[in-house]
Amino acid sequence: MSRPVGDVILEVDDLHTYCFTRWGVVKAVDGVSFSLRQGETLGIVGESGSGKTMTALSLLRLVPRPAARIVKGSIRLAGEDLLAKSEREMRAVRGRRISMILQDPQTSLNPVFTIGNQLIEAIQIHHKDGRGSLVRRAIEGLKQVRVAAPERRVADYPHQISGGMKQRVVGAIAISCEPKVLIADEPTTSLDVTIQAQYLRLLREIQQATNLALIFITHDFGIVAKMCDRVIVMYAGRAVESGPVRDIFNRPSHPYTQALLSSVPSMDEDVARLYSIAGQPPALWDLPEGCRFAARCPHADDRCRHEYPRAFSVGEGHTADCWRLEKEWTPRPFSASTS
Amino acid sequence: MDAAPVLRVDELTKHFPVTEGLLWTKVVGWVKAVDGIAFSVGQGQTLALVGESGCGKTTTAKLILRLERPTAGTVTVDGEDVHTLGGEALKQYRAKVQAVFQDPWSSLSPRMRVREIVAEPLVINGLASSHEIKERVAEILSAVGLRPQQADLYPHEFSGGQRQRIAVASALVSRPKLIVLDEPVSALDVSIRAQIMNLLVDLQRQYDVSFLLIAHHLATTRYMAHEVAVMYLGQIVEKAPTKELFTSPLHPYTKALFSAALPAHPDIAREEIILSGEVPSPINPPSGCRFHPRCPFAMRQCSETEPSPKEIAAGHMVACHLY
Ligand SMILES: Nc1ncnc2c1ncn2[C@@H]1O[C@H](COP(=O)(O)OP(=O)(O)OP(=O)(O)O)[C@@H](O)[C@H]1O
Ligand SMILES: Nc1ncnc2c1ncn2[C@@H]1O[C@H](COP(=O)(O)OP(=O)(O)OP(=O)(O)O)[C@@H](O)[C@H]1O
Ligand code: SF4
Ligand code: SF4
Ligand SMILES: [Mg+2]
Ligand SMILES: [Mg+2]
Repeated sequence: MSRPVGDVILEVDDLHTYCFTRWGVVKAVDGVSFSLRQGETLGIVGESGSGKTMTALSLLRLVPRPAARIVKGSIRLAGEDLLAKSEREMRAVRGRRISMILQDPQTSLNPVFTIGNQLIEAIQIHHKDGRGSLVRRAIEGLKQVRVAAPERRVADYPHQISGGMKQRVVGAIAISCEPKVLIADEPTTSLDVTIQAQYLRLLREIQQATNLALIFITHDFGIVAKMCDRVIVMYAGRAVESGPVRDIFNRPSHPYTQALLSSVPSMDEDVARLYSIAGQPPALWDLPEGCRFAARCPHADDRCRHEYPRAFSVGEGHTADCWRLEKEWTPRPFSASTS
Repeated sequence: MDAAPVLRVDELTKHFPVTEGLLWTKVVGWVKAVDGIAFSVGQGQTLALVGESGCGKTTTAKLILRLERPTAGTVTVDGEDVHTLGGEALKQYRAKVQAVFQDPWSSLSPRMRVREIVAEPLVINGLASSHEIKERVAEILSAVGLRPQQADLYPHEFSGGQRQRIAVASALVSRPKLIVLDEPVSALDVSIRAQIMNLLVDLQRQYDVSFLLIAHHLATTRYMAHEVAVMYLGQIVEKAPTKELFTSPLHPYTKALFSAALPAHPDIAREEIILSGEVPSPINPPSGCRFHPRCPFAMRQCSETEPSPKEIAAGHMVACHLY
């Protein structure tokens, strides 16, 4: 599945996005770095609330105001510093160069406009064309995402189409302006197996045709296994492990990654018992000083509780933040018996 | 399977009217949501229903729960037809059959304390004294891994996974024989999903309760179910013991469905069978085999005669002209 990949298009370095709330500073994203090449697919996985969506919104500088703010770090798109851009300049980036499919596609379509008009609105940002030509482009866009009878569908309102079709329409809007980077936040959670497969295949095809860089935010390791080249595992605002997809599956090195992988059932083999991670992640406004996973980690010791682990390299382009990796220790697939 | 199943469904059918005209009084067609299905679930067993969105899984669940009345066919629980029950027998049924739905956010009443929510099935049906209720609630809360002190909190004070535990506790408190689980874990995060699945499996062993499980996620059904039935447009096209179905699916639709499932590892490359077209409408299901317009193996007879279910191996039933 490995495909040739191009130049680095996006570089995120030491990103910190905090929310300033009444009860304290929520460190939603607390030092995340990664880079993405053209034609490459990056997966971001992690527990609910670990900062995945906030990371993505930061790339577009669309973090919820006024609470959230990017407080530190840099984001470079094709070498340009996005954090140095004015709001006006950012508007030329959003939609055109970086596009995002939001976590809930049902709410990202406006119920009072036809889907054709919503597509046209997106296309119009970059193509100053006559009405007729815009409608043609909209129909073309729907055809690209395999909506049947697109000439008729452009006149439909969102409530007139099925959930699966809505998701594809949102996809059509996101790619209508030929972005360089597409972020898909849980794009297929409400789809059933066969429609999900169709949709993923479609994103693949578009990626191959346009050399699009894709970021998939997901809870589903199946999507990661099928779609991604590289993976970042987030825990409590930090990227605790990152690496090539096969290394993550074959040699997960952070205890959290190991635990996550062993809590997923498989349809290809019988699993006697799933591992389940006891406890809850720490509050993001009251983080422990040491390793953030320590309270739930079967290997935690005193140092873990007092000192945040640095990143250790465990393979080519594969790192994990865990003190256990300092000693000579060969990572192996997690075994549920350690629980 | 046991001689006397807890749940038995025979020729079960539900057609919804499609109406139009002034006040929607004119019936112009019927949605054949469930169309003559049969299965049974033994004590302490789990049967899973899988299939594409709209194939009739939730409607089947509602027919069992008496939330819909069948157009034809019967649902029997413990040998009694649930749609003809009344009086004491109906009360008994309400204690015997419980349900847990997908959404842990909306399925719990926000103004009731956890203690009241969990006790509700006992109180409504007048099944126990207040002293007994107190004991049962405490026992069941600890069985689902919640602390007794948490009984006085309200649902919004819990996380999604904890709420689903409360829903499970409330379903279990009346010591039911059957729990209908409609997508019980799909709204939950990976790690909490594992907790709830383990909890359900443990409780089944402990209380010998039967489950009817509805789940999109095929790996979930492989983990939890003893037997799996595959539905397509209101009918069961294949049914087999779980391992048998996952290792040797026979029906072309089952094969296509399984081939589309996401892999558990990047090196598992499935030969994906691509089904052309959208699911046909259950208002006008195709003639003959309902799958024929999308089936890669369709033969002439497929559009003409409906295949009848055949038992190919012990407990492995398939409805397809290829077999
Ligand atoms: N407007 C806000 N004010 C305060 N805190 C916020 C705000 N928005 C998000 N957060 C917090 O930031 C953290 C990260 O949220 P984020 O949405 O990025 O999580 P996520 O990883 O995408 O989770 P999920 O998988 O549930 O979508 C969460 O703990 C959340 O509670
Ligand atoms: N009250 C109703 N009136 C008319 N049609 C209905 C009604 N309830 C369900 N249907 C139709 O019956 C069919 C089966 O629906 P059902 O909810 O049972 O599907 P499902 O298998 O549970 O799907 P999903 O996986 O999306 O939950 C669908 O075509 C649906 O539109
Ligand atoms: S640093 Fe310590 S507590 Fe943290 S994951 Fe590694 S072993 Fe566990
Ligand atoms: S009966 Fe015919 S159309 Fe139906 S699944 Fe079998 S081969 Fe395909
Ligand atoms: Mg999110
Ligand atoms: Mg349903």
